[in-house]
Amino acid sequence: MATRLQFENSCEVGVFSKLTNAYCLVAIGGSENFYSAFETELADVIPVVKTSISGTRIIGRLCAGNKNGLLVPHNTTDQELQHLRNSLPDQVVVQRIEEKLSALGNCIACNDHVALTHTDLDRETEEIIADVLGVEVFRQTIAGNILVGSYCAFSNRGGLVHPHTSIEDLDELSTLLQVPLVAGTVNRGSEVIAAGMTVNDWIAFCGSDTTATELSVIESVFKLREAQPSAIVDEMRKSLIDSFV
Amino acid sequence: MAEEAGMFTVQQTVGSVLCCKCGIPMVPNAANMCVKCLRSEVDITEGLQKHVIITHCPECECYLQPPRTWIKAQLESKELLTFCVKRLKNMNRVRLVHAEFVWTEPHSKRIKVGLRVQKEVLNGAILEQAYVVEYVQQEHMCESCSRVQANPDQWVAAVQLRQHVSHRRTFFYLEQLILKHDAAAHAIKIKQMDQGIDFFFANRSHGVKFVEFIGKVAPVKSRSDKQLVSHDSKSNNYNYKHTFSVEISPICREDLICLPPKVALSMGNFGPLVICSKVTNSIALLDPFTLRQCFLYADQYWRTSFKSLLTSRQLVEYIVLDVELVSSEVNIGGTRYALADAQVARVSDFGKNDRTFSIRTHLGHLLSPGDYALGYDLYGTNTNDMELEKHKGLALPEAILIKKSYEEKQQRKRGKPRSWKLKSLNMEVDETRNRADEEKVNTEYEEFLRDLEENPDIRFNMSLYRNRDYQPSEVASVTDGDLPSVPLEELLADLDLSDKEMEDTA
Repeated sequence: MATRLQFENSCEVGVFSKLTNAYCLVAIGGSENFYSAFETELADVIPVVKTSISGTRIIGRLCAGNKNGLLVPHNTTDQELQHLRNSLPDQVVVQRIEEKLSALGNCIACNDHVALTHTDLDRETEEIIADVLGVEVFRQTIAGNILVGSYCAFSNRGGLVHPHTSIEDLDELSTLLQVPLVAGTVNRGSEVIAAGMTVNDWIAFCGSDTTATELSVIESVFKLREAQPSAIVDEMRKSLIDSFV
Repeated sequence: MAEEAGMFTVQQTVGSVLCCKCGIPMVPNAANMCVKCLRSEVDITEGLQKHVIITHCPECECYLQPPRTWIKAQLESKELLTFCVKRLKNMNRVRLVHAEFVWTEPHSKRIKVGLRVQKEVLNGAILEQAYVVEYVQQEHMCESCSRVQANPDQWVAAVQLRQHVSHRRTFFYLEQLILKHDAAAHAIKIKQMDQGIDFFFANRSHGVKFVEFIGKVAPVKSRSDKQLVSHDSKSNNYNYKHTFSVEISPICREDLICLPPKVALSMGNFGPLVICSKVTNSIALLDPFTLRQCFLYADQYWRTSFKSLLTSRQLVEYIVLDVELVSSEVNIGGTRYALADAQVARVSDFGKNDRTFSIRTHLGHLLSPGDYALGYDLYGTNTNDMELEKHKGLALPEAILIKKSYEEKQQRKRGKPRSWKLKSLNMEVDETRNRADEEKVNTEYEEFLRDLEENPDIRFNMSLYRNRDYQPSEVASVTDGDLPSVPLEELLADLDLSDKEMEDTA
């Protein structure tokens, strides 16, 4: 299921929100429309938290996280950090990291198992990413862009990358991530994928400029049609039962 | 470069993405939209002119380049294409890559130009698009053409050149000078008038320039007048017709002059009976009895203007009986003279009576007994000259010789073509002129040509052309003897082009 929405007349919804399988962060906007769009889709399943990071609304670009943890930049205030720790589920580790590249969302792209990072991140940061998020870390570029967090978006089921990515790069990346990848666009031809959309295993939110074609590409590559939070649980249960039986 | 260094490089294959609008697979571009969708999305010719009205002058095939320049251009020419493209507004928004004419009927008053433009659209994608601009010709006569239409006789400046004498010799000479210096190249009409020529110009400055030229070659007096033709007081435009009246002094070469006492006195008791030896922008006067020469400049002359006592038409032929040199040859202003006492008789008297005259002449070096000479017969003429009477006690000589005569020898040559010819200005001639006048002009022209043959210093300022029709005969060249003629070296070979050129310039 993919939804089109806008944040205060901007289609760059990935900038103003952060969606994972365990929680959703939403920027504090002038109106409740943006928040309520997330709320209607996610309220029963995962917590939707309104927050700012280091006093800004561009939270999607500043933090990185998955169901295991959340990394926030060093200039996050103590209040914000406390608010996040209070709001997020207990098993999610919230960690502030000392890294000079403070737009972590642009530098890190991750799902629950693998993370692609900016090539210039500190080794310490890399270790923290691996520990906190529980992922394997690969330093990568996407179609020659070092801001891997901006130019790709992937979940545990699929991924969308910059349209200029060559076929060889796509193969390499999908081998690393172990998910199918597709080169594509959002927001009527925009190549800044992660800025235009935010995605987890069962739902995607795209900018309202996204065309039907783009939406169908997104839905098919992220396998959102059959995906429901319950469906996933059913599937897991089935496999569990299988294994039990 | 990496390959040259021996580095391993991964081959990059460009993948395909789906067009964000229509979903067809395509090579990713800056807009990530297929060309068709991009075209439907943006029209880069939006805001560019597709219909333009241009002003065209049907008379001279000119196009108006606003505000007021008229550009001459043929249909389908490079100039017209440049003009058409320049007329388009907002072309700085796009990059023009190609322009060509689309054929239209020449009389359809439409010009079509196919253009190909490029523009950057949607985050850096460059789109190229072709479109056709239709130019509608609006017929509007340009200023100069409409003036011609309104009044075909559209001169702005007229120069009326006049000399109040009974012959046209001066104008034959001036005509050659004007041709040589191409002074009347801008004249739109040249009209032969009684006692002069009218030159018409389309521009006042051309007229002024011509008057200045005449002032350099002849002693003239000029005045200018202007007549208001029309005016527009709102924009302070005034339209005048200028007329320059230029009068050439009536003193000609070989004229006998009796100077007024005032002039004679101012020139150091010069004369008073003098011969005009040369006329340029000043008048050269020669006293035939003392061989003194004086120059009278145009302004000096017009301060106290005088007329000739006798002119070259009144020359009488004499036969020289005896010559006795008084002094040796002297060179005055480039011409040689020698004072001599001569005994002459009128040719008309010859065989009738024994009247001979003992006179003083300045042509001692040229004359020998038996020669013919032309001179003024003061003995026989009845001059009613006011100036002559003002000089108390002036003893007039009986005859004053002016030049040696080659009449006898020329008789033989008469009717034969010359080896050279002159160009002529394309003058309009008054139709009302009768036959007698025409004959007179013809004889005067013949005399002028003969003058040219005899006087190398007059030829000096002229261009003589070889007459291609002339076939020199052996007999003539032997018998000509010392008859003066124009040497072949002085002639200009007439180019083949020149016949046409003559028509053009005139």
